[in-house]
Amino acid sequence: MSSDLDVFVGNTTLIDEEVYRLWLDGHSVAEAVARRLRGGVLEREGTSVAVLQSDTRDHYRTFQMLERLLHAPPRLLQQLLFQIPPERQALLIQRYYAFDEALARELLGKKLSKGTKKELDEVSARTGVGIRSCRRQFDNFKRVFKAVEELRGPLAENIQQLFLLPPALARDYAAIVFFANSRFETGKRRLQFLSFADFAACAQSLMGHWSQGALAPEAAEPDGDLPKSFLQDLKELKVLVADKDLLDQHKSLVCSALRGKISVHNELEANFKALSRALVNVGGKLTHARDVRDFFVDLVEKVIEPCRSDKWSPGDLRLFLTHYTAAPRNLPGFRHQALWERYMAAISACLLRMYHD
Amino acid sequence: MGTMRTVPDFSVVRSGHEVQIPEQVSVPWQGLHRAVSRAPTIPGPAPAGRGGAAPRMRSGAAAAPRHRRGGAAAAAPAGAAGGGGGRRGRKKMPGKLKVKIVAGRHLPVMDRASDLTDAFVEVKFGNTTFKTDVYPKSLNPQWNSEWFKFEVDDEELQDEPLQITVLDHDTYSANDAIGKVYIDIDPLLYSEAATVISGWFPIYDTIHGIRGEINVVVKVDLFNDLNRFRQSSCGVKFFCTTSIPKCYRAVVIHGFVEELVVNEDPEYQWIDRIRTPRASNEARQRLISLMSGELQRKIGLKVLEMRGNAVVGYLQCFDLEGESGLVVRAIGTACTLDKLSNTSAFLPACNSPSKEMKESPLVHPPSHGCRSTHNSPIHTATGSRLTQNFSVSVPTLIYTGMGSGSAGKEGGPFKTLLRQQTQSALEQREFPFFTLTTFPPGFLLHVGGVVSARSVKLLDRIHNPAFVGIMGNTRSYKLLDWNSFNSDEPETRDAWWAEIRQEIKSHAKALGCHAVVGYSESTSICEEVCILSASGTAAVLNPRFLQDGTMEGCLEQRIEEASPPGCGFCHIPYDELNMPFPAHLTYCYNCRKQKVPDVLFTTIDLPVEAIVVGKGCLIQARLCRLKKKAQAEANATSISNLLPFMEYEVHTQLMNKLKLRGMNALFGLRIQITVGENMLMGLASATGVYLAALPTPGGIQIAGKTPNDGTYEQHISHMQKKINDTIAKNKELYEINPPELPEEIIGSPIPEPRQRSRLLRSQSESSDEVTELDLSHGKKDAFVLEIDDTDAMEDVHSLLTDVPPPSGFYSCNTEIMPGINNWTPEIQMFTAVRVSRLSNINPTNQTLNKNFNDLCENLLKSLYFKLRSMVPCCLCHVNFTVALPEDELVQIAVTAVAITYDKNQALQANKAPTEKSQQRASTDNEEQLQFPLELCSDPLSSQPFSPAKEVLEGASSHTGIPAAQRATSLEKASPLAEGYLRHRSVPSCTNSTVSVVKMTPLSFLPGAKITKYLGIINMFFIRETTSLREEGGVSGFLHAFIAEVFAMVRAHVAALGGNAVVSYIMKQCVFMENPNKNQAQCLINVSGDAVIFVRESELEMLPVQPSAAAPQHTSSAGDVTT
Repeated sequence: MSSDLDVFVGNTTLIDEEVYRLWLDGHSVAEAVARRLRGGVLEREGTSVAVLQSDTRDHYRTFQMLERLLHAPPRLLQQLLFQIPPERQALLIQRYYAFDEALARELLGKKLSKGTKKELDEVSARTGVGIRSCRRQFDNFKRVFKAVEELRGPLAENIQQLFLLPPALARDYAAIVFFANSRFETGKRRLQFLSFADFAACAQSLMGHWSQGALAPEAAEPDGDLPKSFLQDLKELKVLVADKDLLDQHKSLVCSALRGKISVHNELEANFKALSRALVNVGGKLTHARDVRDFFVDLVEKVIEPCRSDKWSPGDLRLFLTHYTAAPRNLPGFRHQALWERYMAAISACLLRMYHD
Repeated sequence: MGTMRTVPDFSVVRSGHEVQIPEQVSVPWQGLHRAVSRAPTIPGPAPAGRGGAAPRMRSGAAAAPRHRRGGAAAAAPAGAAGGGGGRRGRKKMPGKLKVKIVAGRHLPVMDRASDLTDAFVEVKFGNTTFKTDVYPKSLNPQWNSEWFKFEVDDEELQDEPLQITVLDHDTYSANDAIGKVYIDIDPLLYSEAATVISGWFPIYDTIHGIRGEINVVVKVDLFNDLNRFRQSSCGVKFFCTTSIPKCYRAVVIHGFVEELVVNEDPEYQWIDRIRTPRASNEARQRLISLMSGELQRKIGLKVLEMRGNAVVGYLQCFDLEGESGLVVRAIGTACTLDKLSNTSAFLPACNSPSKEMKESPLVHPPSHGCRSTHNSPIHTATGSRLTQNFSVSVPTLIYTGMGSGSAGKEGGPFKTLLRQQTQSALEQREFPFFTLTTFPPGFLLHVGGVVSARSVKLLDRIHNPAFVGIMGNTRSYKLLDWNSFNSDEPETRDAWWAEIRQEIKSHAKALGCHAVVGYSESTSICEEVCILSASGTAAVLNPRFLQDGTMEGCLEQRIEEASPPGCGFCHIPYDELNMPFPAHLTYCYNCRKQKVPDVLFTTIDLPVEAIVVGKGCLIQARLCRLKKKAQAEANATSISNLLPFMEYEVHTQLMNKLKLRGMNALFGLRIQITVGENMLMGLASATGVYLAALPTPGGIQIAGKTPNDGTYEQHISHMQKKINDTIAKNKELYEINPPELPEEIIGSPIPEPRQRSRLLRSQSESSDEVTELDLSHGKKDAFVLEIDDTDAMEDVHSLLTDVPPPSGFYSCNTEIMPGINNWTPEIQMFTAVRVSRLSNINPTNQTLNKNFNDLCENLLKSLYFKLRSMVPCCLCHVNFTVALPEDELVQIAVTAVAITYDKNQALQANKAPTEKSQQRASTDNEEQLQFPLELCSDPLSSQPFSPAKEVLEGASSHTGIPAAQRATSLEKASPLAEGYLRHRSVPSCTNSTVSVVKMTPLSFLPGAKITKYLGIINMFFIRETTSLREEGGVSGFLHAFIAEVFAMVRAHVAALGGNAVVSYIMKQCVFMENPNKNQAQCLINVSGDAVIFVRESELEMLPVQPSAAAPQHTSSAGDVTT
């Protein structure tokens, strides 16, 4: 005797968190049933496999119907079809938009295009995230990206509003959008030591310090784009390395301030000019899209790696950056202190975040 | 005794069979307060008055030229009856219906090019249509229309639904319909209900389902005084609830009202061949909506004629007879209800505690219409007290139930009526039936047993083409013989039911009862064969509620004279020496004064005052019987022949399963016989309990037919042991520990305490004398289950296959679970549907039975698993419906509600000694009401469905609650009585814009008080698809549809200002599929009462500081939340 039709509909929609998890992970009904069996639900509840199958199918159907609404979370709150208590709605949304950091790390800075989606098979293999789940997460990234691409104002807040995500998750999505928009290179071998969290923190720093939103909340351009005028202005900072006098004075100010305070003073003296050039030039190149891509590569290659080989401690780097940023205030003839500090605030934050093994 | 009387005559009746019940008594309209000029009722032709000018309504929805515009010019709309010489002075009740279309949201994309929609709305009522402007290029249009005003008469208001169609404007081609909303404006027509309908409604399309939402505001201005209406029955309140609604008091319970309306089914009209499925579905939806409106109006008229003001236990059903048409029929109980002025009073009169049980002996005033032989001497002895305490001189029992063929004109409870008149009226033509299942205390005096009647009919096609498309009053045709195209059709349906009701009535009489309570009717149709069924519980009622005049005062003061509390209804109403069937009687184990049967079956809910031991449980009997495929009469005959055996076997199964659980009474018994092409299915559901008044049931003993066979004997004894073990286990599970009775109290008349009753196995092979079947099981002293063949063995096995619910679960099909009384507010209503293929090549009854049994058991198991997070909980009002849509396909639909209860308190309560409860049965209600005041904390699980602010206010000290031993009354079932107080800010504290609407098949919400009834919800939907696979197959399709139906019900309730539906029922779920064509169609009909409820805790807190209390309790709520 087979059941052709088998449905259960509650006035309050039943959500089984375990089954939701399995569904989100992209398991088929059969796989989900197998996993639930392994979880020992049969013994606990004294029920049968048939019951478990029927239950799983019911939940899967519900989730499939809910998925359409989850694509626009505010609709989930307004819709009349499923009566779901608010805290359950929040849970559904949060779980649906939660992502695997390994996957997000792989996709950071990539164009969220069909081409990338086709490569998800490999990503899935590398990260161990099921392909269906990969696709769903990719689609989430893309959906969020599309939704906020053209919007003004702080990216994270826009995302939070449109997708009703918890603040932390919204900030992560903001980072993903930011990377996708600026297309930063993150895949190079020398960048492999950086995690998604590192990049997300960097993205927040960059947006926080550089974006228009940071200066005026109702700024004209989307947060995801770094303001053009600002990037243009950064060229003015080149004077710090181009002008020999300024460079020397800068070095002596920083070195004298740090004397006795850092363990790598000698190395600092030897490398100051190279470091300073690297730090200033990273900013100077940002007007060209191709150079923007290399932002993180440059930071790692020209700042982090030399420091690391000289065995700077994170504390050393922090002290150096503090004084390095502050020193130009005392440089005669340097008129871009505000711009410099805005620039260096983000760079420092990124470097400190990235400075680990 | 379990008296289920089978119908001796399963007649096959071709249409044309006419039963006209004479109508003799005319009733002067005395004391008519209403300013209505109307002719006195004329005997004979009077009934024509109701349906007189045969309404000629063209069916097929849109084209209906039925209601013309324009006030009084709209002469004689449907049913507007003038006729019969007694044309009533029709006071048109002009009213103004005002509709405003505010906005839409989430509309579907109708223009692929722009991904947008140019939406506008058509608002149609009767034949008038208004349109909004087109709101271009938006999926969230803001129309903000003017008020569209329809000038209509009240009758139209009652019959017609407001039809709102959302369309996509298309400059070059026809406008595309997005979907529709039908709004029943009936709730706006009586003053106490809703005043405005306003809210978001799902836009529904029969092909695509819900497509966005529309915000609508509807108001009605009625110009005249409500009392003036006659043609319409505006002002009559309708309740699906089968008890006196919570915030009302029953002044008079008048009796049975019924009506049916017939029309051709649009699906089977010739035009259906050329119109789209959508048009056909919409025609059907609209037609049924119209027919329901008309039916309700007509019932309302009858109620007014009986001088009632409400219909309680209103049940409307559809018979989809296919080619022969569409029948919409309804039954209900007419009442005069009084709104309780003090809504904060927790003990309204109608729910007052069981103090009035001492009423029981005063029954049987000679005017009951019962034969005197049925009045036992015990009863008459106390009869004298009646007159002392009743202020009304003539305590007549007035049944104004409408008989079939009776026009209802004679109705009306008039004190002045002579007893004899009433009696003769009762005897001659009235049906003293009540659709109620729960009664005001003291109303139900004795219960005789279940009476049921079935008959098999052949449906006939409507032949006369002139008749096509005419809908109208069913009876008008036969009464107006000048109507040349008069068809037998509607009259036949009426006569059929009249016949069945007569049968029921006579069964009741044979049981010494003058009334039938818990009455219901149903049909099962397969092709051209139709089984009509009716069943109820024969009972003797207290005439107090059946007449005008308020007895309240004098009754409530007589608390101290406690006579048998909680057992009176068990006492036999029939004459011991002249028993209608063989039964085994003993003296009541509770009062020891009167006789009780050994087993009691009823269709009603467990009376409030009943004393029970332990908990109850759901008991089901399941049965399949193969039948040969046949045509017409041959088919009907073979079905007729099978029915008695099925009844008998179902009864046997029930009896055995009851014994297996160590219980002695069944409540809420509902037996459904379903007919299919090649089989019949029987499913009986009931809630078993142990009534303290009835004797302890004997065990079950097995006897083998072949003695002297060692292994066989061994096997038998093994089985016997299993059975005994099961009984013992069940007794423990359901906590059935009846108090040991001291012998001296029992006295001599009681036979050996543990009598064994004979348990009969059905013998389908034998027996010609159907009516002679011994259903009593009471005659034989030694109970023996004979194992004479393998079938018998199977039967015994099947007895043991019923698995008890997993721990933490109980289930029942009644309103409340006997023995559990500490509900928390957490409820979950659900509908589950399964269709299974009985895939046997050569099915036998045995294998079919097993399959069917497994199907039901698995379904239950699945429910328990689904709801495991609610444990400890009880599935209440478990309602199974079985359909046989095709060969080998069985469809089972279950609707029920899971309610969480507090285990700790249950344990406490269980310890209360039985004796105590028996002594104090009638006095502890007051005590319980005090509990909420003594607040102390008690860990409770928080209610997950409520938005965050759930606050535990306190729980009672559980000192001395003996209530667990008794049935929990509805009031007691509410946590207030148990002392739970919870604060719950309903939808306000959520960020969601959608308000929460609870749904429940019960008449109450645990922990809440219903403050207002907003009107009935009665909705009919059709959903069809031509892309079944794409929609997720049959399961995906039906899952979505049921969810959509729920959503539409909730939206309507919310728009009325309500926050719950009580007495919700899914009356029909007809599913058809054609996988080869990738098509499926489903029809669902649901109903219920829209209400506003307030958490009892909120009621308490409102006068105090409502907000201040919340924060300080939040932490404690957090603690107990697990």
